[in-house]
Amino acid sequence: MENCPCIEAAGPINKTSFILAWSPVLKLIAENLTIDRGGRRVFQDLSFTLDQGTALVVTGANGIGKSSLLRTLAGLVSLAGGDIRLEGGQADRLPFEQTHYFGHQDAVKPALSVLENLTFWRSFSAATPADVFAGKTVAPLEALELLGIAHTAHLPAAYLSAGQKRRLSLSRLLVTPRPIWLMDEPTSALDKASEKQLLDLMNGHLASGGLIVTATHTDLALDTTSILHMRTPDPSEIAPQEMLS
Amino acid sequence: MTGWALDLFQRDLKLSVRIGGSALVGVLFFLAVVTVIPFGVGPDLNLLARIGPAILWIGALLATLLGLDRVFQADREDGTLDLMLMAGRPLELVVLIKCLAHWVATGLPLVIAAPLLAIFLNLEPLAMGAVTLTLLAGTPALTLIGAIGASLTVSLRRGGLLLAVLVVPLAIPVLIFGVSAADAAIHDPVPFLTPFLILCALTLIAAVVGPVASAMALRFSAD
Repeated sequence: MENCPCIEAAGPINKTSFILAWSPVLKLIAENLTIDRGGRRVFQDLSFTLDQGTALVVTGANGIGKSSLLRTLAGLVSLAGGDIRLEGGQADRLPFEQTHYFGHQDAVKPALSVLENLTFWRSFSAATPADVFAGKTVAPLEALELLGIAHTAHLPAAYLSAGQKRRLSLSRLLVTPRPIWLMDEPTSALDKASEKQLLDLMNGHLASGGLIVTATHTDLALDTTSILHMRTPDPSEIAPQEMLS
Repeated sequence: MTGWALDLFQRDLKLSVRIGGSALVGVLFFLAVVTVIPFGVGPDLNLLARIGPAILWIGALLATLLGLDRVFQADREDGTLDLMLMAGRPLELVVLIKCLAHWVATGLPLVIAAPLLAIFLNLEPLAMGAVTLTLLAGTPALTLIGAIGASLTVSLRRGGLLLAVLVVPLAIPVLIFGVSAADAAIHDPVPFLTPFLILCALTLIAAVVGPVASAMALRFSAD
């Protein structure tokens, strides 16, 4: 935080709703992140610290690098410089292995049934519960019930609508406990009711001591948020700078 | 610990069985290659019997190449590959298991079909057995080497042809020792075991090099 001139620290906005935030143990620290994609610098020297129980809402214009930032945190884009650390997590796991990525693609196999899709991810993704993160494991059927697609459990996933696929993809986050959720446009393809459900789940995750980084254009009514606004401050500069507001 | 490996294997097997007769397409292609050659070579039964093992091996190699491009591409297109990279499982092992499932779904049917197709080529029962045995030992190597090509071309829309160009040169040693082992079984003075053991060694080497190289390529492709 100190070593980056373009970013100011922003604490949790609403501290009363979350007691653990006073003594954060899990901490996601990104220092001087610099990313090149396709020979073009997407952003440089982006730093932030995210405390336990806080959601970081990344905003900014299209193409500014929000998805790139999330994919970097997910370990899918290699860093040209900088460092990502998770303090208080499992020491023998990399930060992205303690992370759920909920991106634009649903990773749903149409040839498998809804339940088969979900049980595969439950067994395949390693659960990385941290001592200080109280996230509980939900059974696959329960997770489907929670998201209102339990009646489709034994149907091939090919028959699901876009929104239902999205919800199936979301249920993946519930069956394996991991402290960090990266959510790229989480509300896309969801109706109003599911949006409300999504917010409840996200707030639940924060309340149990998780962290969320989300890129979004809609206002999400989350309990404790910091905002990271990415923008190009000066057209003469090549790299967009980032501001916390 | 091994629970996830078994689940991954079963899932991949289920997918290849449900999605579209990958086993059947491979076997049909194998059949097409093997039946076309006698028409080209002409009705010389002795010649056919002599080159039969080679034809079966080349047919199996081409049929193996057929389905390889989808091994990782299907997972990349729907975002599954991203999640696999983040799953916290050793990627080399994931690749090995995926290759194993792919071989069971596409390579094993070729091995099973080989004795039947050997009849078309006027092979003796002993030669049939020898070719089938060498294919059983050698086709896993083809799949594992092919996985390197599959992961290198994973981001290309039409990577199939490039994959074949990449993989075929690497598969030549397997072809040489597979065919020479099968030939050795038919022609008495040459020992069968020497080329066969080298073939087995090639498969074991491919089982190490293939997953490691393939995992490296997949990590790179996620960007």
